[in-house]
Amino acid sequence: MADSLTTSAAPTRPARGKVVTVRSRSPFRWVLRLIVIAYLFFLVIWPVTLVAKATFSRGLAPVLDALQQPEVIFAFKLTLSVAFWAVVINTAFGIVVSLLLVRYTFPGRRALSAMIDVPLSVSPIVVGLALLLVYSGRTGWIGGALESAGLQVIYAPPGIIMATAFVSLPLVIRELVPVLTEIGTDAEQAARSLGASPLQAFLSITLPAIKWALLYGVVLSLARSLGEFGAVKIVSGGVAMRTQTATLLVEERYQQFGPENTITAYTAALILALIAVLALVVVTSLRPKENSQ
Amino acid sequence: MSIKITGVGKRFGDFVALSDIDLDIPTGQLTALLGPSGGGKSTLLRIIAGLELSDTGTVEIEGTDATDLPAQKRNVGFVFQHYAAFRHMNVAANVGYGLKIRKRPKKEIAAKVQELLALVHLSQFADRLPSQLSGGQRQRMALARALAIEPKVLLLDEPFGALDAKVRKELRAWLRRLHDEVHVTTVFVTHDQEEALEVADQIVVINDGSIEQIGSPDELYDTPASEFVMSFLGPVTLLDGRLVRPHDIEVVAVPFPDSYAGRIVQSSRVGFEVRLEVALVDAPDAAPVLITLTRAEATAKRLEEGAQVWIKPVEGASQIAVPSGATISEVVPVSGLAG
Repeated sequence: MADSLTTSAAPTRPARGKVVTVRSRSPFRWVLRLIVIAYLFFLVIWPVTLVAKATFSRGLAPVLDALQQPEVIFAFKLTLSVAFWAVVINTAFGIVVSLLLVRYTFPGRRALSAMIDVPLSVSPIVVGLALLLVYSGRTGWIGGALESAGLQVIYAPPGIIMATAFVSLPLVIRELVPVLTEIGTDAEQAARSLGASPLQAFLSITLPAIKWALLYGVVLSLARSLGEFGAVKIVSGGVAMRTQTATLLVEERYQQFGPENTITAYTAALILALIAVLALVVVTSLRPKENSQ
Repeated sequence: MSIKITGVGKRFGDFVALSDIDLDIPTGQLTALLGPSGGGKSTLLRIIAGLELSDTGTVEIEGTDATDLPAQKRNVGFVFQHYAAFRHMNVAANVGYGLKIRKRPKKEIAAKVQELLALVHLSQFADRLPSQLSGGQRQRMALARALAIEPKVLLLDEPFGALDAKVRKELRAWLRRLHDEVHVTTVFVTHDQEEALEVADQIVVINDGSIEQIGSPDELYDTPASEFVMSFLGPVTLLDGRLVRPHDIEVVAVPFPDSYAGRIVQSSRVGFEVRLEVALVDAPDAAPVLITLTRAEATAKRLEEGAQVWIKPVEGASQIAVPSGATISEVVPVSGLAG
């Protein structure tokens, strides 16, 4: 893996610092590999494997039963639709904010750039509480007004989408900003001088240039959105068949007694993990094409 | 007049990039905007293209007021220093982009692309991506792309600036020939006086946001309007309060009328050229006078280091008087000495 990475990256990206390849003469390299593999094994691979093992501890039948429970089906549908909307919002918002950050200088630009990282550093629980304070029907600043207008935010899908969008907000932007900075504006300006409108220039020139970064950001957002727990827990209330997402279902079932509930929890957890891993694998396997261009 | 610029000014914050520029660019000619970096020439070109908006003044292209027209409606071909290739499109798609935007029939686009690729000698590269081309090839592709829309004017922003010296010279000669073929009004920005002198029909020297002089290459070289123009277009040296070109000074080993006595303090050879530094007897503290002559002449006259010589500007040499007591570094910008 290490070899293929260095050899494939070095010729296509000469500008990005030198890739120093240490030849196999050094035992240090093997030690380093061992440490990395052990670290990943104990932190990621082993625990995730155990989830899979626990899921199938009583064979396939209870797993299939779990998948047929209406609560489980509902929770996954809700999770997918919430993740979908959160990703759509973050993609659109992410492109606009990235363009703003890269192409324009304005007062407060650095502050904005720093603000975008807040969701990464603040605990999701805090995010949930903050949203509750603003949008709750009883105590919120504008929640009451929204509720009387017929829009319930807290304990309803809009609140869940907001919380999810909030925590995955920086992912698209952090992928796009470096690529947009690197490609510059020359090509877009060339397109303008050749007769393209700003929108045409963006769609035909800039978008193809950033598509891989954008896709990667979208997949990261999707993975993050599917797995969000803390913020959603606060704003959704977690009522089964109404506002319970897949992660909330995992928690609830895990805490209930009985092997059936435990297996349901593990099944849902495994599926969540598989979707996220699958998305990343697909994108990572597609991504090298970007280098060859 | 193809392009008429009236009273154009542009500021970036406190920095005055252009102040009150009036300029007429004739149809069908190759005009160079020449000047040092940061002098405002690229800004002027971008204002003509509509990629930058001027604060004051108007721009007229082929008789229509283009001042408030966005870049996409000006029908101006623009070539960037760093090619601005569309990286995800092959060469043919790059060249055909402007026509595709104009929704021309596919057949027409294909024919036009082929014709242009032949013009820029890239026919066999039509299916390659820009990253598979050399810098010179990419720039020719960019030129074909700009020409595809049959622009009223072609604008080139330091088109050869990113290329190495040899390719740059080749492309320069090629651009001149190309222009003789297609005759589109062309304006190019350069800080390389040799490039401007070799390629352009007309040169506009721009410095510090204003025009210093406009004229044909010969006019500018022979009758420079200012110390700046003279020193920017070629090497200069200071002889008795006047700027003179180093190759316009006669050197003889015996005294002759109206000449200045001096001693060769240094002699160095670069290829066919010999560069002498002569310290004048009357002004031993001043910077030595720089003289260039051919190797053959220097050998024939036995001009060696330490030799006593008499020097004088030749008949008809271009000269500009400078304020008395000024030293060469005070009147000549550093970039002029390098050329």
